[in-house]
Amino acid sequence: MDLSQINPILLLASLMVAATPILLAAIGEAVVEKAGVLNLGVEGMMITGAVVGFAITVNTDAPVLGFVCAAIAGAALSMLFGILTQYLLSNQVATGLGLTLFGLGVSSLIGKPYEGMKVTTLSKFEVPLLSDIPVIGPILFKHDPMVYVSILIIAATWYVLTHTRAGLILRGVGENHDAAHALGYKVIRVRLMAIAFGGACAGLGGAYISLVRVPQWVDGMTAGAGWIALAIVVFASWRPWRVLLGAYLFGGITVLQLNLQAAGVPVPVEVLASSPYIITILVLVAISMKGSHGAPGALGKIFHATH
Amino acid sequence: MIRLEKRPSPSRVWAAMTPVLAVVATMIAGGFLFWMLGKDPLESIRTIFWDPLFHETFGPYSRPQLLVKAAPLILIAIGLSLGFRAGVWNIGAEGQYIMGAICGAGVGLAFFPADNPLIFPTMILAGALGGWAWAMIPGFLKVRFGTNEILVSLMLVYVAEALLASVSQGLLQNPDGMGFPGSRNFRDFPAAHNAEIFTNTGMHWGVVFAFVAVIFAYVLLTRHMLGFHVRLTGEAPRAARFAGVNPTRLVLFCLGTSGALAGMAGMFEVSGPAGQISIDFNSGYGFTAIIVAFLGRLHPIGILLAGLLMALTYIGGELAQLMLGLPAAAIQMFQGMLMFFLLAMDMLTNYRIRFSMKTA
Amino acid sequence: MEEIRAQDALLTLEGLTKAYPGVVANDDVSFSILPGEVHALLGENGAGKSTLVKMIYGLVKPDQGEMRLKGEVFEPYNPAAARAAGVAMVFQHFSLFDALTVAENIALGMDNPPKPRELTSQIRQVSEAYGLPLDPKRTVGDLSAGERQRVEIIRCLLQDPKLLIMDEPTSVLTPHEVEILFETLRKLTAEGTAILYISHKLEEIRALCEHATILRLGKVVDTCDPREKSARELAEMMVGTSLHVPERDPSEPGDVVIEMDHVSLHSHTAFGTDLKDVSLAVRAGEVVGIGGVAGNGQDEFLSALSGEAWLSSGEVRLKGTCIANLRPNQRRALAVLSAPEERLGHSAAPDMSLTENALLTAAVRQRLTKRGFLRWGKTESFAKDVIKEFDVRTPGPDNAARSLSGGNLQKFVIGREVLQKPEVLVVNQPTWGVDASAAAAIRQSLLDLAADGAAVIVISQDLDELLEIADRFTALYEGKLADPVPTKGLTVETIGLMMGGGEEETAA
Repeated sequence: MDLSQINPILLLASLMVAATPILLAAIGEAVVEKAGVLNLGVEGMMITGAVVGFAITVNTDAPVLGFVCAAIAGAALSMLFGILTQYLLSNQVATGLGLTLFGLGVSSLIGKPYEGMKVTTLSKFEVPLLSDIPVIGPILFKHDPMVYVSILIIAATWYVLTHTRAGLILRGVGENHDAAHALGYKVIRVRLMAIAFGGACAGLGGAYISLVRVPQWVDGMTAGAGWIALAIVVFASWRPWRVLLGAYLFGGITVLQLNLQAAGVPVPVEVLASSPYIITILVLVAISMKGSHGAPGALGKIFHATH
Repeated sequence: MIRLEKRPSPSRVWAAMTPVLAVVATMIAGGFLFWMLGKDPLESIRTIFWDPLFHETFGPYSRPQLLVKAAPLILIAIGLSLGFRAGVWNIGAEGQYIMGAICGAGVGLAFFPADNPLIFPTMILAGALGGWAWAMIPGFLKVRFGTNEILVSLMLVYVAEALLASVSQGLLQNPDGMGFPGSRNFRDFPAAHNAEIFTNTGMHWGVVFAFVAVIFAYVLLTRHMLGFHVRLTGEAPRAARFAGVNPTRLVLFCLGTSGALAGMAGMFEVSGPAGQISIDFNSGYGFTAIIVAFLGRLHPIGILLAGLLMALTYIGGELAQLMLGLPAAAIQMFQGMLMFFLLAMDMLTNYRIRFSMKTA
Repeated sequence: MEEIRAQDALLTLEGLTKAYPGVVANDDVSFSILPGEVHALLGENGAGKSTLVKMIYGLVKPDQGEMRLKGEVFEPYNPAAARAAGVAMVFQHFSLFDALTVAENIALGMDNPPKPRELTSQIRQVSEAYGLPLDPKRTVGDLSAGERQRVEIIRCLLQDPKLLIMDEPTSVLTPHEVEILFETLRKLTAEGTAILYISHKLEEIRALCEHATILRLGKVVDTCDPREKSARELAEMMVGTSLHVPERDPSEPGDVVIEMDHVSLHSHTAFGTDLKDVSLAVRAGEVVGIGGVAGNGQDEFLSALSGEAWLSSGEVRLKGTCIANLRPNQRRALAVLSAPEERLGHSAAPDMSLTENALLTAAVRQRLTKRGFLRWGKTESFAKDVIKEFDVRTPGPDNAARSLSGGNLQKFVIGREVLQKPEVLVVNQPTWGVDASAAAAIRQSLLDLAADGAAVIVISQDLDELLEIADRFTALYEGKLADPVPTKGLTVETIGLMMGGGEEETAA
């Protein structure tokens, strides 16, 4: 065992990379849930985004296009969920699970020919001046653009939710859909837009795994990241900045356990490998012990206008 | 303009019809998918749904497989359906399945090479206990702290997979296996082997238990107060509490039962068809069983039929892989589609479609 | 008279008709509303009042007929269009968002809300001008029912409406709050705003309204000046037949049957009310009425007796024996029964059949199980008994509970408990949303039960109902129960004080 191998600066820098996929998926899901919809298909949308992003990038050598197409694919898949739950009034839990199973199948089918291939990844973007600051520079300002884009999405989501009328309407729809309908708001339309946003974010998060974090296509490579994103939404009490905090905490744990494995710490590998999941469970328990989570009032309920 | 109108009472006819319609729709959409993959759609569908049962050459091989594949799906789905009916969402059956297999196999292997008729029953018990205990974790956390069982049970799947990888290369590894991962093969350990009861039927003890589970669930849900309480809790939780249901006990009952059944399924699989504990002996039955439970409309008889149908798509899928070079993932997607069509058509049970002219 | 009214009317309805599958909700409805008048729309539940106002507010489109607002054809295709034309509405069930603040709620109800800071000051202005105190920054979920209604009213007033529709506005208010509301409404009419006031509370309509249109089964059956009619005359116009007034044999109450001794209970629902040190003793043959505004601990009070919730302190005794640690079915075995307020989802399971719903509470006393196994035949015949004895209108016991109308389901729920021969029966809002004849039948069955020697506790927000059937009256206020007093000789002032909490403090 050699703990001196672990470089704290590199560790913190890779934390942001490890956290970004979950961050993207979680902020998307937070918006969906704020609109009163529980989409358990995050994992399925992520992995579809991962495979679509990878396939497009392999064929075009343009990772940006890969990300765009991954977002579109995630949104398209989420619309399947949207139509089923919003128009055909299916159970959201069951449909979300179905979406995950379906997404895993679709991605495996599309991804088969791409296994083992290499891909052009995003180049690092060094923020001028700031990246030269010692310690802080390499941790915060020497990342690929998606890391910054993800933080911008968090900031934009926070601003829209708390400071705009659109955000107010979205929160209203998620809090009490019958009241929102009575006031003349288009509940289904608002929710479909939120679901599409959630799908696009999950797609981006998935593509980040296959294009930046790994970068390769491996069947089932999201390995539960979508579910962890769902847990982080609960942890964050549906607040954007706390989503960021939760994702980075989680990213830190992931990176640390990988580093500890590499350093040969005398802890069984299976304990380290399952530590992100165990810690997620512990966090969920801690959150539920605290009580009162501020979940949107209409979360997961079926909306059917009677007139 | 199309409108949905809630029916005064759920339609029984449509409740029975929707799964059939969903299967038909999936065949059509699946045929289209196969056609896009460059396969003859009719031949693909026939290879999946007809050949495993009636083909002269393959039939005799694949027919027994039907029961082998259906048994774990049915066993797990029956357990899940109880929870789903009560609004308890155990989606980590895959983890409970793995833990049941590890515990059952572990107990069996501890007795190697003894020959005692009690070994196999003890393994069944150990398998059930393993799955039960693994499901009790989300159960306990839910009733004690109100933690979401969906996320906890799912996280535990990944933990179980890590444990499986660990034991198949450590604790349960075959000492005579020359360092290859994986346990001893149960075929070489008759007292612990879940062999076919009748040769060439696929009928092993897991199949027997699956049928027993179907009957048990049927009686429970239609004739017993506990089953009524399960249904009531799902339909109207507040009314259930008013009717004297203890929600804590009910959650633990649902999770415990589904965990125990999944654990048993894992034990039967590992000591029979799979033969040994290995890193990837589990083939996602715990997840497919979710589709089986919904396809069977959470009804025991429906689950029996849905389990057989889903088993058929597995076998037919393998056959299509062999005969037509259809990718394995296409079958997985096909199963996912089935779930979607079912959920989409479910609406017909509770709603009536009305076509009306839009008046200004 | 209508001809004259129509000429300078603010809103005129002509031949409005709206049919739903199986029922004509409104059939050729015509009347007009003058500026600055309080116009009552009077009718039983199911008479078509709600459908009519939904058409005016743009939520429902009429099949036939025409509306004119200030002479112009008025066809609002959605609520926003209605609001833009100057029509505002305060809903019966407030369409509010619990987790949002007062200001956010009001902003959601406006089509072009000003900037948040400006809106906050406008809310303060309007609330002062009309005597409706309200802090714009508070979370709506923490407000009392009266305050929640103020949110709705202020939301409407900020848009300067010509016509304000109020759907059962006083059902959740204390008498004192009703006075404040009426003051506000009078100020509004003095400024020329017309008010369409929907209610079935006759005394209120007589006190407030200048004109009344009476609906029965979707048709306009009469119009009048309610100030010139007695409550009984109005009621008969509304119901069409003479009311059946419950009769009761005066009997001396017996021994104390059920007793609550310093009961406190912590509420487990998000915006629930804790019970605080509640004591009450009810004798055999006695009906005790518990009044109070919704959300003052009624649900918690019932759950303390039904066994659905554990007490944090105190005791519940049945004939001197403590039953506080018994679960609902153990209490049922001892003949302590109850019927909660919420029919769909609490006292009955909406998607289950009436037979299954009979099993829900009657399993123990009617012996509908044998070693845990269900006796469906016996259960079905019990369900049929309830349907027959209580005149529940349904094709049969196989029908789902949600297919029944509110009144019929309520008769089923009450009947299910009454037929189990309770010694103690606790009911919450037994006639809420129930038509007059069914309500009378339910009240009579409660009185009969008491006459047979049961102790009956009726929780209700309908004061007339309580005064009619209760021997003693008390009220819940913020989880505290006032000392019960005999109903005979009770004055409205005393009731108001009990409902507003505390006898010593005078209402502000």
